[in-house]
Amino acid sequence: MSKYETVVGLEVHVELHTKTKIFCGCSTSFGAPPNTHTCPVCLGHPGVLPVLNRQAVEYAMKAALAINCEVADWCKFDRKNYFYPDSPKAYQISQFDQPIGQNGWIDIEVNGKTKRIGITRLHLEEDAGKLTHMDGGFGSLVDLNRVGTPLVEIVSEPDIRSPEEAKAYLEKLRAIMLYCDVSDVKMEEGSLRCDANISIRPYGQEKFGTRAELKNMNSFRGVQRGLEYEEIRQAEVLDGGGTVVQETRRWDEGQGKTISMRGKEEAHDYRYFPDPDLVRLHIDEEWKARVLASIPELPDARQSRYVEGYGLSAYDAGVLTASMKLADFFEESLKHTSDAKASANWIMGDLLGYLNANNLELGDVKITGQGLGEMIQLIEKGTISSKIAKTVFKGLVETGKSPQQIVEEQGLVQISDEGAIVAIVDAVIAANPQSVEDFRNGKEKAIGFLVGQIMKETKGKANPGMVNKLLVDRLNA
Amino acid sequence: MSVFDLRLSEIHNRLHNKQLSVAELVEHSIKRISDTDDKIGAFLTLNEEGARKDAQALDARLASEGERGLLFGIPTGIKDNIVTEGLRTTCGSKFLENHDPIYDAAVVTKLRAAQSVTMGKLNMDEFAMGGSNENSAYRVVRNPWDLERVPGGSSGGSAASVAAGQVYFALGSDTGGSIRQPAAYCGVVGLKPTYGLVSRYGLVAFASSLDQIGPITKNVEDSAYVLQAIAGHDERDTTSANVEIPDYVSALTGEVKGLRIGVPKEYLGQGIDPQVKERVLEALKVFESMGAVWEEVSLPHTEYAVATYYLLASSEASSNLARFDGVRYGVRADNPANLIDLYRRSRSEGFGAEVKRRIMLGTYALSSGYYDAYYKKAQQVRTLIKQDFDQVFEKFDLIIGPTAPTAAFKLGEQVGDPLTMYLNDICTIPVSLAGVPAISVPCGMADGLPVGLQIIGKPFDERTVLRAAHAFESQTGFHDLRPALS
Amino acid sequence: MSITIKEVEHVANLARLELSDTEKEQFAGQLNAILKYAEKLNQLDTDGIEPTSHVLPLSNVMREDTVKPSWPIEKVLLNAPEEEDGQFKVPAVLE
Repeated sequence: MSKYETVVGLEVHVELHTKTKIFCGCSTSFGAPPNTHTCPVCLGHPGVLPVLNRQAVEYAMKAALAINCEVADWCKFDRKNYFYPDSPKAYQISQFDQPIGQNGWIDIEVNGKTKRIGITRLHLEEDAGKLTHMDGGFGSLVDLNRVGTPLVEIVSEPDIRSPEEAKAYLEKLRAIMLYCDVSDVKMEEGSLRCDANISIRPYGQEKFGTRAELKNMNSFRGVQRGLEYEEIRQAEVLDGGGTVVQETRRWDEGQGKTISMRGKEEAHDYRYFPDPDLVRLHIDEEWKARVLASIPELPDARQSRYVEGYGLSAYDAGVLTASMKLADFFEESLKHTSDAKASANWIMGDLLGYLNANNLELGDVKITGQGLGEMIQLIEKGTISSKIAKTVFKGLVETGKSPQQIVEEQGLVQISDEGAIVAIVDAVIAANPQSVEDFRNGKEKAIGFLVGQIMKETKGKANPGMVNKLLVDRLNA
Repeated sequence: MSVFDLRLSEIHNRLHNKQLSVAELVEHSIKRISDTDDKIGAFLTLNEEGARKDAQALDARLASEGERGLLFGIPTGIKDNIVTEGLRTTCGSKFLENHDPIYDAAVVTKLRAAQSVTMGKLNMDEFAMGGSNENSAYRVVRNPWDLERVPGGSSGGSAASVAAGQVYFALGSDTGGSIRQPAAYCGVVGLKPTYGLVSRYGLVAFASSLDQIGPITKNVEDSAYVLQAIAGHDERDTTSANVEIPDYVSALTGEVKGLRIGVPKEYLGQGIDPQVKERVLEALKVFESMGAVWEEVSLPHTEYAVATYYLLASSEASSNLARFDGVRYGVRADNPANLIDLYRRSRSEGFGAEVKRRIMLGTYALSSGYYDAYYKKAQQVRTLIKQDFDQVFEKFDLIIGPTAPTAAFKLGEQVGDPLTMYLNDICTIPVSLAGVPAISVPCGMADGLPVGLQIIGKPFDERTVLRAAHAFESQTGFHDLRPALS
Repeated sequence: MSITIKEVEHVANLARLELSDTEKEQFAGQLNAILKYAEKLNQLDTDGIEPTSHVLPLSNVMREDTVKPSWPIEKVLLNAPEEEDGQFKVPAVLE
């Protein structure tokens, strides 16, 4: 184990999925041809003025409340001044000293232990445009479609102590944003972005070490790997008698390492001041209460309900509630079966296995919670065996038909007729004298072979309990 | 009596009675501009063709007895920091030499609805920074009363054009006095409305918390008509006030009996030209004779206003003018070595000295470590200045003083001495900081140059301001004096 | 307090202005004069005084989240000094 403790704070940007931009009526939809979702306001033409989108404020409030922030009674917007081609006004409208939310927290779970991560602040701001670099260094092209998409920036306290914790924090944050339905939070599409401050210090030392700021981590995995790389790098620097330099480093996914951006970065002086084109925002108790009421049951609450109500393990409940869609799916299934554990097992084993193997999301497949619940009920009733259920499950995922229909169409009903099974048992015994002999000589394993033969004959439809019982009865007769 | 001397309401009647056509009015203006503008320099862009086309359409409407807007057929000029779609808008700056706006300012849309005819864009100090029009990147504007003197600024082109009879009214913008001071220097009427009364959408921002658009006219009645046409709430301007717009013209009763007027001693103290002071005192006698009462009052924080203003306005400007970066519009330096070079050279080549000076001052005042000492301090002093006005307005209906401490000064006289130039605005700046309405009306002459009287009102009480101004000019007739411009 | 040439250069860099040596000298002098004049604000005790950003007591001015048409691309690029493929072109920006 390393002699250093890792200290991480994360700055996460989440794009809010309003229909229009934060300060003008241009659409925020993704993928339009360059600069076709722009107008004089978001192009920063001379003379234009911003008008605040109410929905963006409400989404920001919702996000803030969901991560247990205190929502400000009064807040304002400030200008952050800097020149860059993706920022048409040469200032970003943001919130400096009066953010919408402050002093929040979320709980994460790592290695079975729950830990609370503090949230310093959540503020509302506008997104920048997109730069594309032309081949051969001939120039860069500016697309301003994304300019003005509302963002919340969520800054954590330096409470995170490992890359795993960082990943768990991000996953929890993402789940909460999805539950609140304020963002698509897709890291790959840039609707969730993460920068990290990381430092290390000898265990027992109170003072934080010098931190590096990590940028360009474009996936959850990237965040974890970037931090893992950086904690080792910093330890090597210290062990080699050096000192860590405060700097910004870029995570290079391809090379699997962080690279210093020193020299490419200028000292910033953003000259924040209150934007005189916008007025103050007053969030009264009534407004707060209304937004609070619109927040659904969040993952933590659902998780404990599953543990207490259904007897699931904390881990299983955690997996099910990580995504609201999955949890809703689970709850839907329970309207059709009372066996919550069976449903949880099918979801976590077969369903997630299928989705992961095929790189799909729940919405991409046809199975419904109702279908799964009904299938489990068919197993309970003995209509199908667990083994046959695997076939039915595949049908549910691929066709979306009801389990009843799949069973009927494919003739998957379990054979539980004793006479029919006895006939097959006898036939198999007659056809395999050597195995019968082996069994009678004490080779218990031989029975497995005989059962296999019977199932083969019945295409797996024979009730396995009855097969076992009848076979043993016959052999011992 | 020349057609140029007609009031807007008289023109309206003549058009109605078919004694005059819009085409005639427009041709009069075109001729007047071509006769005088070599000397005056008021226009940066002429809209001759567009104006003739508009005139034709309006005359057709006149013939068909179609509905007529409030400013039907009136030739006007628009200060060049108010954007006009398809009509070059330079802000008096090289940076926007070929800027072709892709939208209309809110006031331009309002003027279109009122059916005035835009003759072109009027000269100004670059980005409205200045009080003499000497900061225009294009040409000097000369005062029609004395061609060796400045017209004032920053709406110098607007004031000079009206004074020279080129247009019947003009729109200006006022941040620290930029409508009132040139109106005073040129002997015309300039109104700065309450902050928030007229939409700023499409006014190229200098200092967002102070900028207001207002009319420059030959008389107070015209001012009331133009204000009526341009005032009103606009959803595109968050700082636009959602107030009911009263009838301004009906306020002009000629009656001022019982009006209580406060006269700040700070506005008649040190630095005020004795003749200007004399004219103001005479004006107060006129008000007295009409039954108003006046009393000396104090606006104790007046001496801090100029410093407060220059810190706040320059800070806001440094940020407002950052968008001029040579990427989406405006000039771009040739063969930039890299991005930073592109920014630096485009901006340095595009901006004039005064603009650079204020950007430097504002950037410094907002920079790390100085914000509290300069910007925040100035905002706090602004609160004190506003409270000065609130207190006086508890007891008084109006505040009256000079618009500017002197009459128009000579071209070149104050160049290179920014601080002295800034102090010319001592009487107009506090009013801007307080956000209250004020009008400058002619109140006589000093050595052959017009002197302006500033009448300041309570927030959104333009009616009382206009009433007093109208009563004064009706009584005195100073507004009928015209420069002997040949 | 007095602004040095070095500070003038720093501020000019923040503001993305390129100044000649003469301009630097001139601005240093003029800014010093203006700031010295502004020092008179320090005569006032402003402890506890609310700063005024707006003279109007406005708050919560917002619009609904309704899409409005964007501008046609020809208008968007109308004044662009340099464009390519419907985008604004700038010198290469290095990551």
